Order: sequence, then C-alpha cells, then structure tokens
Amino acid sequence: MAKPPKKPARFTEAQRDEAFSRRSLLVGGIQTVLGGALIARLGYLSISQNQYYQTMAEDNRVQMIIVPPRRGWLVDRNGKPIAINRSDFRVDMIADQVPEGQVEVTLKKAAALLDLDPDQVERISTELATKSGYQPVQLAENVAYENYAAVTVRLPDLEGVLPQRGFSRYYPAGSAVGHLVGYVGIANREEYVAEDKNPLLVTPGFKIGKEGLEEVLEPQLRGQPGGQRVELTARGKLVRELEPKPDRSGNTVRLAIDVDLQEYAARRLGLESGAVVVIDVPTGDILCLASMPAYDPNSFSDGIGRTEWKLLSENERRPLVNKTVNSLYPPGSCLKPMNTLAFQAAGIDPDERVHCNGGYQLGRRFFRCLKRHGSMNMRDAIMKSCNTYFYAMAHRTGYDVVAEMARKLTLGMKYDLPLVSQSYGTIPDSEWKLRKYDQRWTAADSLNASIGQGYVILNPLQLAVHTARIASGRAILPRLIGVHADSAPPLDIPEEHLAVTRQGMWQVVNAAGTAGTARVPVEGVEVAGKTGTSQVRGLQYGDGKNVPWKYKDHGHFVCYAPFDQPRYAMAVTVEHGGTSGAATPIARDVMTFLFDREKAMEQLVAYEEQWGGSLAEREAAFQRRVLELAQANAAARAASDETA
Amino acid sequence: MLSSIIPQPLARLPWKLIVLVLLIGSFGIAHLYSAAGGSVQPWALRQGLIFFTLLLAAIGISYVPESWVKGLTPVAYVTVLLMLLAVEFVGFVGMGAQRWIDLGFMKLQPSEFMKPVIVLMLARFYELLPTGDIRRWRAIWPAALLIGLPVGLTLIQPDLGTALALAFGGVVVMFLAGLPWWLFAGGLAATAAALPIAISFLHEYQQRRILIFLEPEADPLGAGYNLTQSKIAIGSGGLWGKGYMNGSQSHLQYLPEGHTDFAFSAIVEEWGLVGGVALILAFAGVILWGMRVARRAQTRFAQLAAAGLTMTIFFYVCINLMMVMGLAPVVGIPLPLVSFGGSAVMTVMLMIGLLIAFDRQAKTAERARRAGLRG
Repeated sequence: MAKPPKKPARFTEAQRDEAFSRRSLLVGGIQTVLGGALIARLGYLSISQNQYYQTMAEDNRVQMIIVPPRRGWLVDRNGKPIAINRSDFRVDMIADQVPEGQVEVTLKKAAALLDLDPDQVERISTELATKSGYQPVQLAENVAYENYAAVTVRLPDLEGVLPQRGFSRYYPAGSAVGHLVGYVGIANREEYVAEDKNPLLVTPGFKIGKEGLEEVLEPQLRGQPGGQRVELTARGKLVRELEPKPDRSGNTVRLAIDVDLQEYAARRLGLESGAVVVIDVPTGDILCLASMPAYDPNSFSDGIGRTEWKLLSENERRPLVNKTVNSLYPPGSCLKPMNTLAFQAAGIDPDERVHCNGGYQLGRRFFRCLKRHGSMNMRDAIMKSCNTYFYAMAHRTGYDVVAEMARKLTLGMKYDLPLVSQSYGTIPDSEWKLRKYDQRWTAADSLNASIGQGYVILNPLQLAVHTARIASGRAILPRLIGVHADSAPPLDIPEEHLAVTRQGMWQVVNAAGTAGTARVPVEGVEVAGKTGTSQVRGLQYGDGKNVPWKYKDHGHFVCYAPFDQPRYAMAVTVEHGGTSGAATPIARDVMTFLFDREKAMEQLVAYEEQWGGSLAEREAAFQRRVLELAQANAAARAASDETA
Repeated sequence: MLSSIIPQPLARLPWKLIVLVLLIGSFGIAHLYSAAGGSVQPWALRQGLIFFTLLLAAIGISYVPESWVKGLTPVAYVTVLLMLLAVEFVGFVGMGAQRWIDLGFMKLQPSEFMKPVIVLMLARFYELLPTGDIRRWRAIWPAALLIGLPVGLTLIQPDLGTALALAFGGVVVMFLAGLPWWLFAGGLAATAAALPIAISFLHEYQQRRILIFLEPEADPLGAGYNLTQSKIAIGSGGLWGKGYMNGSQSHLQYLPEGHTDFAFSAIVEEWGLVGGVALILAFAGVILWGMRVARRAQTRFAQLAAAGLTMTIFFYVCINLMMVMGLAPVVGIPLPLVSFGGSAVMTVMLMIGLLIAFDRQAKTAERARRAGLRG
C-alpha cells in the first residue's frame, strides 16, 4: 500500500495573520468600490437626471384647479347676441377639503339642501371617491337662488362644499336658432378620449359644443382655461395658493345671420314643418337659415331629458333634423328658371312657342301638364309653370346641358360652410346614371328631370343660392361667418339670357302667374320667383292634397326682391304643404319683414293667435308637457319598483 | 503641545472618530427638525437626547476591559437569543411584523442587539479555536449554528433586512478568520442558485418590493411609490439642494418615511449632492477608522470583532443608500445615526463604543510596548 500523500502543513499563526491582512485589504477594496458607486449614483441622480426629477417633484407639488374659460359669444351681423353666457349658481365639492371620514355625511347634507335625487347622489359619491388631487366634483348647476342661499348659510357645517358663480349658455332666440347653433353639453367619454383626456373636459361647469355652430366653431369659442395653482401635500391637503393663471375667454364669432329675420322666419313657419333660407344677393351672406320645428337649445344645453328626447325623436315633423341642409326634396318646378337658362345656352330662341295641349307625347308615353296652356313661349312657360314646354325643350336639348347649368348655379354642390353635415343631393346626368345604375339615360329621364322630379333632389339652401345666382348673375357662394362687402365675379351667362329668365320669374308673381300671393305689400318692391310642388308619392296614391299629412306634396317657393335691384334671395320649403301655395305666403311675409318690419309683425301676430300662441309660448307649453310626462313616468317607475 | 493642557483621558479619546460621529448625528438631528416642519417635536428632541446620551454611553463602554467583553459575550448571545424566542411568543405585532417586546417604558427590538453580539460571539469562537483547526469542519459548523439560530429567528418574525445584516456580520467574521476560500465562493454560488427559490418563500409584499426595485416606474402609485418618490427627492435636489427646510418631497409628505428609512433622500433633497457626498464621506471616515482599529488590534478577538462590527456598520449604510437610490430592493434598513429610532442608535453606539474600546486597548498596549522599549 502506497504511502498517503503528505498532508498539507498545519495552518500557522503567521499564515492566519497574513490571511487576515490580505482579506481585510480585499474587504476594504470592496468597500471603496461600493462607496464610489454610491457617490457616482448620487451624482447621476442629482446632476444628470436633475432636470427630469425636478419636473417630477414640481408635478407632485403643484396641482392646477382648472377654471373653465368663458365661452365666446355668437352674435348676428348687427352684433345682436345669438348665444351668450348667463351667470348662474353652481355648487361643487372638493373631497380633499372635507374633514377625514365626513365626505358621505357632508354630501348627504348638501344633497338635501340642493334637492338632489338618490341617483345623482350615488353618481356624485363615486365621482368623489375617484377624483383626487384637489379636483372639484359638481354637485349641481343652475341652482335656484333659494337652494343656493340655503347652502351658503350652512357653509360652516359643509366644509369642502363650494358654492360658486358659474355660467350657462343662453340662446335668446330659443328654438328659432336651434338647428343653426346646435347646443352645448358635458363632454362624453369619446370626446374626452379624442382630446387626449384633456382635464378641462371633465372640469365641472365646462361644456363643449355638441351640434351646429357650437360644435364646428368649438376651437374659436372655447378659449384658454385658467387655473388656480395650489401647492398640495401628498394627501391632497392645501398648503398654499400660488399665483393663479388667468383664463382667456373664447372669441366672439360674428355670423352673417340676421337673428331678427331668423326668428321671424322661424315664427312665421308656424305649425308647418319646413325651412326658410335667405341669402344676401350681392355677397352671399346667409341672412336666415331657419328650420322648423326645432329643439330648444337652451333646454338641450341643460342636459337633454329622456322624455324630451323621446318626444322630439318620435315627432313625424322631425324637430331634430336641420331641414335647410340635411333634408333633400325634389325641387319640382322651382328649377324651371334654371332650365330656361340652359335652353338659351343651347341656342333655343326664347320666343319660340310650344303648344301645350295638356301634356307631351314621348313615344307611347304621355307626360302630363297640369293644364292645357295653349301656346307658350319661354317667359310664359315660367309664369304658368307649363310642363309641356319644358318636356319639349329638354327632349330637344337633352338633360346633360341642363345639368351643366344646374351645377353652374351650385345645385348638387357641397358648400364650404361651418356645418356639421350637409346633404347635397343629386343633379343627375347621363354619366351619373351610368355610374350609379349602370343604365343609359333616357329621354323620359330628361323629361322628369326638367320639371325637378325624377332623380333630382336638393336641399333648400341650394335652392336659395341658385336663386341668388340667377338674380345677380354672379358666382356668389353662401357664407355663414362674418359680414362681407365684397361681391363675387360674374358668371359666364349672357345678360340677355338672364333677363328673359328673370322676366319669367317676375311674371310668376306680378302677372297671371302661379304665385300672385307672393306679392309684398311694400311700395316699390317687386318680387320675382318660382313655385314648385313636388310629389312625395306617385299620383296613383291620390292627388297629393286630400291624403294624410305625410303623403301630401311638398310646397316650395324660390324668389328674390327687389326685382330691379336684387338684394335678397329666398327659398321656402314647406314639407307636405300640399301645394306651393303653402310656401308663397311665408315667403311673402319674410320678404316683407326685410323691407318693413312693422307690417310683417302685424301679419305674424294675427297668425300666431290662430296657432295657439307665439313660438316662445308654444315652446313653454311643450316644456310643461315634457315635465308632466317625465313626472308621470317617474311616478310609474316608482310604483312598479314598489310592487316589484 | 495640546496634550499638555488637556487632561490625558480626554486627550486620548479618538477625537477624529467622535467628530465624524457628531457630524453624522447632528446632520440627522437637524434633518429630523426639518422633517417635522421646523419643530423639535416629535423627533429631533428625542433623537438628540438619545444620541448624546448614547454617545456618552459609548465612551463609557470604551473603558470596559476587553477581558470583560470576552466574558460577557456568550452571556449576551444566549440572552438575546432567548429574547428573540420571546418575541415569537409575546412579541408586539406592529408594522406587519413581530419585532418588539413591549417593556412598558420602551419597545425593545432584540434583533438589534444581536447585530453586535453575533459578531462578538463569532470573534470569540475563532479566538478560542486553535489556529491549526481553522481549515477543519469544526471551524465551520459551530459558527454556522451560531449564525443560523438568530438569523432563522429573525427571518420568522419576519424581518428580512435584519436577518441579512446578521448573516452578513457573521459571515464577514468567518471570512476574516481565515476559513478556506472555496467555502465562500461555494456559498455565494449556492446563494445565487437558491435565490429564486428563496424569493418564492418570501412574503408577498417582500416579493413585490424586489420586483418593483427592478422596475419602479411600472407601478409608480402602488408598490413602486416609495422608491419613485425617493429618487425624485434625490434627483430634484441637484448640486446644492433646495435649501434647508425647503424640501417639497418630504415636507409635503410625498416621500414616505422621510424621517426613518428614507432620511438620506430627504437630506439630499435639501442639501443636494454636496450634502449627500459629505454624509457618505463621513461614513467612509468612520468605516476607515474602524478597519484601522481592526488592523492594529493586538488580540485575535479584537481584530475579528472590530472588523466585523465595522463591516456591519458598512453593511447598514451601504444597503440603505443603495435602497434609497434604487440600487437595491426596499428592505427596511435604517441609515445608522441618521434615521429616527432609539433602537438603531443604541446598536450603532454600542458598536462604536466597542470599537473605541478595542482602539484604546491597542493604544495602551502600544504605549506599554514603547514604554517597555524605552525602559
């Protein structure tokens, strides 16, 4: 057996001491390295990362309590307010200001003083629990003075409750400007997300434009929010108030609208469902864009009630639709003046006569006229609205040349206007039909289109603008913002062609035409115009008159005045008015208002007595009905809850 | 010479160390005054009283002869071990962990005392062990047991930070005692391998702290809050700090525990990089001094004990600073002499008193040797 290898020498004291000094040196080295690392890290944090962490510390320390900016006004062309801010009372609450554990008690007390219902209290309670950092939560807005006073006197018991002066949007003209201006409301989730969770949008008392001009002009109207900068502890307690950042109100936007005219037109439409558009002929300024019936933007801006929404959306007269731009109608005979311009451009002599024996034979089909007009030249055909003449001439020229003229007069066009949406309709031609239906254009199509039926559908604003173009011979475009003095360049339509067409339109009103009722009772002002009646359904369902409301024909009237020096062009549409006779008196009165307000008002007051009160009175009655219904519904719900 | 005017016992005090300790302590007390919003209540006054009383006590301890310390060490070890057992049964449940015995007049945290005692105990053990046995098993297993018992009991409480500190102090003494290298290399490797398993045994809040340390911004308002706010406090201080009593992070309570574990962050916020570096250098001075005591020690016991105690102080400072600067998980270790809390000051002062005692011993022996040489 081999000798085991020699065991290592015993560990000696000398070795031990050497090991200690070596190892303690190593330990010291490690300590030095770590110490250096600590200092390096400290330097990194406090020097190179200093900017970043300083911002973070500042973010911690300073909170901004947003003060919503005052919304800019909307005023009409004369500076008369259309949308303004009314100061009101509001009550907010800041949970961080309420003594610990008192939030629910305080909320309950305040809710009792403000008559809040349990649903609201529950909503506020959850909101209070989630909002941190000294941010206020709305308890109530538009608070009645008594409730406001009740809260104010009990403030010592209501720490954290903030009675404030707020602002609510007010539209003096009410529903007369409803579709035009839209309304404002509390931002919804999508709007909040769309603006990158801009905290302003969830600030109590802040509202954004929801429809109409309020929505489109939001960037101009909103303004810059101010803020009370406060230094807060981590628990949200106020340390001190820092220098506040002042808010900047939104800009006032001046509209082309004449709000008095707008209101008159809205009132004059009375119980009818329809639209009145008035254009300033030289400049294209839209003076009136009235659509009735309409919602009351005041009521909507306070928050739309379920009952009110239901009543409005179920109404067959569609109070939620802006009929001036979002509703399309076959314009009927209103387009006949435009047709005559196209015919002349195609070389037809205005004095050429067509014999009307009650219709026009196209192949085996007979296209009817309303009467046997006998021999008709171009002017007479406009005056009498003789279909036969237009059938004959459209058959000769084809509709493509007419469509070209229609487009020259902006028909079927989408305007560059600050509107939420526009329905711009159709001016058909052969190419369009091929594209849309993959069918050839037929002579029958031309005939139908020539009397503003068939595929032709347009909105009332287009009818008004086209009338203004005929009246001025200029390429005017509608404008809604600002007051203008400039005039558009002339259209390439010979003056003599325009003269014939205008003459025909003059005869419509002032000779043996179809709109004698449109004459205005103002000395020296002559109106020129054209009636139109468009079928809702085929004639097989009746004559469009003695049928239920929704099957009645639409009545249209386009006109301008004064004939010799055109200043105003107008389109009036009365949905299911039966005939154009429903539209002409409205046009007459609105036109009268433009020249003699007093006379026009007298006329209106007489009508409103028959309709059951003025627009404001009827609106108030509607709101009462809404309230009654809402209360009845609430009572019914409560009763069913109890039985359940 | 100065020493001719000043009485000898006073002149022989290690003034360098005392000045450093005073500097650190005053920094801490001044900070507590600021952290309380410019008030001596509730922290600065108490801490000041405790600090100066215990500093005097430490100087007093330094007069205890080494032989007494040696004799008392096993007694102290057993006593503290029993107290650790006691907290398991009568311990006060606070801070989510059982750490105190309520004596009525004060809350006693026995694990604190274990920190110096474990070092002394191991130093004593290796002194008694014959030098020749140092590479044998019998040099390892008793030491492992001596460390394992208190560490285990502290872990149960659970107090991970203190357990780690105890283990560290013990292992450092083992290392310096000259145990074979492979033991430590192997131990390190085994620890690294066992870490994932160990983590799964930790309390959920401890696990979260470790994960959050790796990525504090993942949950800045939740578990990473402390660390994020600590880094903001340090980083926003800049070179010169925001000025005394002007730290927004600590004064507005964004920084939690600004008077205890995160005192350093709050100090750097107000005093800046300059203040932070000054504090770190002061600690470095204390540790250098301690290591020098160890190197000069005349006896094996003093040598190992001084090094172990110094390393324990170093461990505290280092882990705390790493923690508040986001280099280590938040483990709840206070900054010695700065953080508020009587227990922690008592432990550190006890260690410093012992270090001075070893220093005095070495110097006395040196003087005796010189005197012998001269005479």
